[in-house]
Amino acid sequence: MRHGKYRFIIGFLAIPLALYGVLVISPFVQDFQISLTDWTGLTPDKHYIGFDNYRKIIHNHLFWQSLWHNILLLLIVPVVTLALGLFFAFMLNVGGRRKGSASVAGVRGSGAYKIIFFFPQVLSVAVIAILWQQIYNPDPEEGVLNVVLHGIGLGSQAQSWLGDPKLALACIMAVMVWANVGFYVVLFSAGMSSIPTEIYEASLLDGANRTTTFFRVTLPLLSDTVATGWVYMGIIAMDAFAYVQLMSVNNGGPNEKTDVVPLLLFKTAFRDNSQYGLAAAMGVAMLIVTLVFAVLTLRLSRRERIEF
Amino acid sequence: MGSEFNRRDAIKRAMAIGVVAIPSGSLLSACATSSGGDKNKPVATGTKSANNPLGVKNGAPLEAFVFKGGFGDDYIKAAESAYNTSYGVTVKHTGTQAIGPKLQPRFANNTPPDFMDNSGADNLDTAALAKEGKLLDLTPLLDAPTIDDPAKKVRDVLIAGTVEQGQFGSQQMYALNYAFTVYGSWYSNKLFQAKGWTYPKTFDEMIALGAKTKAAGIALFTYPGKYPYYVHFDLFAQIGKVGGKEVLNAIDDLEDGAFQVDAVKQVVGYYEELAAKKYFLAGSEGKTHIQMQTDWTKGKAALVADGSWVENEAAPTMPKDFDLAVGPLVGGGDSDKLPFGTLYAAAGEPFIVAANGKNPAGGMELLRIMLAKKQTDNFTNTIKSLTCVAGSAEGLTLTPGLASASAALKAAGPNVLNARIQDWYVKLNQETIGNLTAQLLTGQINAAKWIEGAQKASDATKKDSSVPKFKHL
Repeated sequence: MRHGKYRFIIGFLAIPLALYGVLVISPFVQDFQISLTDWTGLTPDKHYIGFDNYRKIIHNHLFWQSLWHNILLLLIVPVVTLALGLFFAFMLNVGGRRKGSASVAGVRGSGAYKIIFFFPQVLSVAVIAILWQQIYNPDPEEGVLNVVLHGIGLGSQAQSWLGDPKLALACIMAVMVWANVGFYVVLFSAGMSSIPTEIYEASLLDGANRTTTFFRVTLPLLSDTVATGWVYMGIIAMDAFAYVQLMSVNNGGPNEKTDVVPLLLFKTAFRDNSQYGLAAAMGVAMLIVTLVFAVLTLRLSRRERIEF
Repeated sequence: MGSEFNRRDAIKRAMAIGVVAIPSGSLLSACATSSGGDKNKPVATGTKSANNPLGVKNGAPLEAFVFKGGFGDDYIKAAESAYNTSYGVTVKHTGTQAIGPKLQPRFANNTPPDFMDNSGADNLDTAALAKEGKLLDLTPLLDAPTIDDPAKKVRDVLIAGTVEQGQFGSQQMYALNYAFTVYGSWYSNKLFQAKGWTYPKTFDEMIALGAKTKAAGIALFTYPGKYPYYVHFDLFAQIGKVGGKEVLNAIDDLEDGAFQVDAVKQVVGYYEELAAKKYFLAGSEGKTHIQMQTDWTKGKAALVADGSWVENEAAPTMPKDFDLAVGPLVGGGDSDKLPFGTLYAAAGEPFIVAANGKNPAGGMELLRIMLAKKQTDNFTNTIKSLTCVAGSAEGLTLTPGLASASAALKAAGPNVLNARIQDWYVKLNQETIGNLTAQLLTGQINAAKWIEGAQKASDATKKDSSVPKFKHL
């Protein structure tokens, strides 16, 4: 009996594990292997050069600056996105005025809002980036944002947005938040709908207002979903490649103020003399940072699960 | 499920299997980094004759893998059909925008196509390919007779600079750059005539013109902040005009102190003055090249530093009566080493032939066909661009911009400059110095800081052993 059980389990696990090994583990191993070479990606020949590529990275100030931008993204984008996502989801599902017998309801028109919030999720990143490039166009007659600023009498606040070293990274962050918030509204809405209404009714009977309900009931019961969202958003923030590559001026500019590690990696591998080995080493560094982030997040957010 | 067994154990054991699976994963690593090695492929060779000077084998298959971008790929297909008729085959043709990502594995596995147009934003580093010995030396093509006139060699009909553009620090030519681009300050002749402006010849005249355009509510220049190296089209060539070719070559060769010379100070100082007087359209630093061209065709700025492709690229927003014209480089005046009329022009659209392809002779022959009058006429007529064949645009009806470019090229004669730093050291030019230029034009740094930064970046590139170095011959 026991023997058969193992065969049963192995039979189920073999295929997924093999796929995981080929599609996930093996590229990691290869990446590490390539990072120890001077491979150009153009020939089958490569020479092992030990940890030279890693030494180069450590002395590359641009790498550290890019990593710092990634960390800024990591600190700001998930917090803002998840906070907005939570707020919107709460207003759409719980935050409305009570009407009739329903004790818990969203604000008026919440169905339509849900669709509107989710909309950017349907667009590809390239579309979003091009769209926002027009919005950020510094021209006072063509750039949507500057036109609006002029229209409401704030013409003096018009900026060159992506061309301004102080604003560029913030501009890109705003787009990342805009593009991702809709998904979390839907995710948190689903989470909230699984919270039993009795808990809300009980808290209402005790006289809890919207703010208290949110912080004392909704947020604690959603903590698992929030933690998962945090990891996802963290990974998006650690990447940010497509947003920066498509939107930033001069490929991570102005003056390298928006460069991120994945973009640096891309430029190293595909543009700057085809240094696949060095780029692979950057990939390994990114892997380590991402792993640390994921482990920390899951550790810190571990808590007792409430069954309902 | 038995009591001695729970889910947690199963997960632990699954993880153990995962760990065991890692080493076997490395066995699979062959996919990305296959060590194919040279497989001594049979190379098709035929008998050389007057009509077949490169010795193409009749009926041998040929694969063309080309960039299908702004120029499309119909002009290549036209040449291929001529090849098909001559050699009794059908060329296998692939046209794509993502030339690099698709070609990289072909080169890595030593199975490259024979004939490639390695162009576009995603192209492979031609210099790196040449250094790795992946590209065929096209010297036999240069020494072969042309199709139109067997008495002339291909070498003799190419515009000056074409051969050099395909060389990477040695006599071998690895790329034939087919399209010829004229760079300069582009403007609307109609606007200039309506306002009574004339295209200036010196820095001082240009700054005086800036005052006039400003009075008319038009900015003198605009540029794309997303690609600040557009400004370098003028800037580097102006350094060459003021200080002579040697000064420009010293910059290209990354010589010590190459930027710390008077010619550079004069030219960069001119840009500092333009920036200080706010002669660049406000907001230029945040624009794409399309947004910049739109502002310019709408008459918000008088001039843009651009290449002759602008006529095609800006066509959607350019008024019919725009009357596009290009002005040659402005400089310091009579003290300049090169006269007014000196131009930056360069061959682009690099066609390469694989060194270890199956039919290298066929790849070169296809290029020879493309250089024939019939094909160059087709290219210039349909694409509205000049080719690297001298005088190939003569006798054709040209659009205003192309006619202006063609005339400017003729007037320039031998005074054609081409700063190779732009294609030899892409990162240095576009990103490092490009960032300095972006700051110079927004007044964040002055000329002295620009020169200091450019020199420092040039020195750093020189010291970086991972960057292949090139020298003017």
